[in-house]
Amino acid sequence: MKKISIDPITRLEGHGRIDLFLDETGDLANAYIQIPELRGFEKFCEGRPVEEMPRITNRICGVCPAAHHMAATKAADAVYHVDPPPAAKKLRELLYSLFYVGDHTTHVYVLGGPDFLVGPDADPAERNIFGVIAKAGLEIGSRVIQTLQETHEGVAIIGGRYIHPVCGLPGGVSKSITPEQRVRLEEISRNAVDFAQMSLQVFEKLVIGNKQYLQLILSDMYAHRTYYMGLVDAQNRVNFYDGKVRVVDPQGKEFIKYEPADYLQHIAEHVEPWTYLKFPYLKGIGWKGFVDGKNSGVYRASPLSRLNASDGMATPLAQAAYEHMYDALGGKPVHATLATHWARLVELLYAAERALELTRDPEITSTEVRTIPTATPTEGVGIVEAPRGTLTHHYVTDERGILQKVNMIVGTTNNHAPICMSIRKAAHGLIKSGTVVTQGLLNRIEMAFRAYDPCFGCATHALPGEMPMVVGIHDYQGNLIRELSQNVNSSQDQQAR
Amino acid sequence: MPRQKQLQPKPTARAKKAAGKKLKMAIYWAAACGGCDVAVVEIGMKLLDLIQGADILFWPAAMDFKYKDVEAMKDGFIDVCLFNGAIRNAENEHVAKLLRKKSKVMVAFGSCAHEGCIPGLANLSDRQGVFTRVYRETPSTDNPKGILPQVKCQVPEGELELPEFYNRVKTLAQTVQVEYTLPGCPPVATQVWDVLQTILRGELPAPGAVVGAGVRNLCDECERVREGMRIKRFVRPHEVALDAERCFLEQGLICAGPATRAGCGRPCIHANMPCRGCYGPPDGVVDQGAKLLSAVMAIIDSQADVEQLVTQIVDPVGTFYRFSLPDSLLQRVQSDKQEASQ
Repeated sequence: MKKISIDPITRLEGHGRIDLFLDETGDLANAYIQIPELRGFEKFCEGRPVEEMPRITNRICGVCPAAHHMAATKAADAVYHVDPPPAAKKLRELLYSLFYVGDHTTHVYVLGGPDFLVGPDADPAERNIFGVIAKAGLEIGSRVIQTLQETHEGVAIIGGRYIHPVCGLPGGVSKSITPEQRVRLEEISRNAVDFAQMSLQVFEKLVIGNKQYLQLILSDMYAHRTYYMGLVDAQNRVNFYDGKVRVVDPQGKEFIKYEPADYLQHIAEHVEPWTYLKFPYLKGIGWKGFVDGKNSGVYRASPLSRLNASDGMATPLAQAAYEHMYDALGGKPVHATLATHWARLVELLYAAERALELTRDPEITSTEVRTIPTATPTEGVGIVEAPRGTLTHHYVTDERGILQKVNMIVGTTNNHAPICMSIRKAAHGLIKSGTVVTQGLLNRIEMAFRAYDPCFGCATHALPGEMPMVVGIHDYQGNLIRELSQNVNSSQDQQAR
Repeated sequence: MPRQKQLQPKPTARAKKAAGKKLKMAIYWAAACGGCDVAVVEIGMKLLDLIQGADILFWPAAMDFKYKDVEAMKDGFIDVCLFNGAIRNAENEHVAKLLRKKSKVMVAFGSCAHEGCIPGLANLSDRQGVFTRVYRETPSTDNPKGILPQVKCQVPEGELELPEFYNRVKTLAQTVQVEYTLPGCPPVATQVWDVLQTILRGELPAPGAVVGAGVRNLCDECERVREGMRIKRFVRPHEVALDAERCFLEQGLICAGPATRAGCGRPCIHANMPCRGCYGPPDGVVDQGAKLLSAVMAIIDSQADVEQLVTQIVDPVGTFYRFSLPDSLLQRVQSDKQEASQ
């Protein structure tokens, strides 16, 4: 058995590692992705006051701090049995929608998108944000940067800061917004809608218009027939901030729909000794290992999963984009993992439209943004859709609101088993006896998990660049027999040696 | 402790600048949330200026270099390493030591590297406590055999390895020698850019300095009204209507301003929330928690029932040492059994 280690993989929060085992004939025997990281928030949050959790748990992830901030704030509402005033909920959702625009934009243009916008077989040196700008034009490039800066500004207007916002309190938010701030937020949101529409056009032209890419997206090597999870509103439309969690089966039929407080009836987590990250699965089906299909409890929670698990989008332009996507891909549900990139763009448009709606809501500048809790705090669950999957925070407190027990199921964790399976399936499809393992091949394995925008330890670093991989192939005794690399800057290599 | 070693000035950057050569930089994260890396990216278009003045030779979050590239470098090859994240496991420590060897100047970037930050509150427990909670107790975990992650694990195809999870969180300076500290969770982008410019110009101050922040405390810059009032009770932020104009402490809310280094621009205060202290202690203060405790005690009304008041501070350690426990005089809470096992 040969072991190929990809260590570290980057553009993951913390550190990831892929181990590929090849049998004597050079065929893939198995593939593992390991997460060597743990910080133990579930333990050290014990003893903290629950109202501080929105400011503590956002430190789980500096890329999606708003997601943890919101899940914690909603869990704290539930612990105190308090219903925030409408304006407070709207401000939270506005903050969250603008955060979504920024976060999805980052993935589309900087992280996963370049595989398609530049091309899966492009020179690795160009397969990055700069390559996107070169191909799509400087104007688009500057609009990407403008969108990131403006959405960060918008989040900070409401939340104090983009990285680790502070405004959430059980029962509301710490401050209202002024009419002047509302005008600026409306302008930011309007720009975001334009930007999202433009992004969908770019994607259609460069990716869907290219038969070869479309074929790749739809190829079986990148498909899994799994259950899909997403938060939905009363009409089963996608919602990022609030609603019930809906799960559909691989045929697209509703399997369960549950209130956040009932999550333990439906979700459980499996432990493996070779990784620090757990594997959630549907309790009603059970853990059947790393397999897909209706009889396996493995589910996915991603942009594509949310679209699969819903009946549509709550804003008009996004609804049209949703229908168009399913028409083009042959109807619901779509199992092609790489179509997640398209679904992410549909969500980008929804987030921008929703933000614009909220900035035009007459109530958004109301100064009624707090309900002071009066009930005795007990226990509560808060769920939001993080960009990378359904995010659950569950707190149990004493009668003073001091945390006794904390449990969290974090965005990417939902997708841990599917990511393992996707890497394994892509590697199986690509590595056969006698296959020469090339850089292009490695990139195609990489693409299998990049579609999930993975965020282990909950945070993909939202940064430019391609994942460097250096793969050492060792024989039984551990002797290096071959070494391959990609995206390792050659001039640097020379300097370094 | 390593950080008390004699530090020698290293005017490399200035010499490089004079010679018109590009600086060699590295950016790394250990046990971190990614916010510090985003803070670097938040300098926006100025990233292009940075790239003009410096070659970034290692930045796993953003660029395409590997540990083996660093290992292949000569010692001291990197001019400046910006290191974010705390030391939580064996891999963090290994890379910190590797980068220390390869870098002339090591900067503890952000609160985790500087003082342990919020994940440093794990020092109120230990490895066993964390593992038991995460892998055995949490109500969604289904683990009848009580499996825990293993440093070495046999799978049918061979062996898989994980880095050892340590009993405690350590700061960067408790692990390797550090020349500069850039505080904040995360450092604000304008200050990140200020510091980067200082580095590019070769104008870093004498080693040992805190860069990218003020020297005094947050209250010195705060515009909130202080009337010199004494308080009779402490309240928590969700319990009261928060006055956006008045000093939080005088409203009875714990605010870390008196014990926290200025320089962040007070975004939390402006969002009408009290400071929690992420910039660490100001110059001249060793223990942020002790300083905050004394500042809080100083505003208590002499007529107040102090015992009653103290019970109103519901989480003293987690409040006073929110960001600085591993770097404090306490460092960690430990039992005799843990002590014996160290």
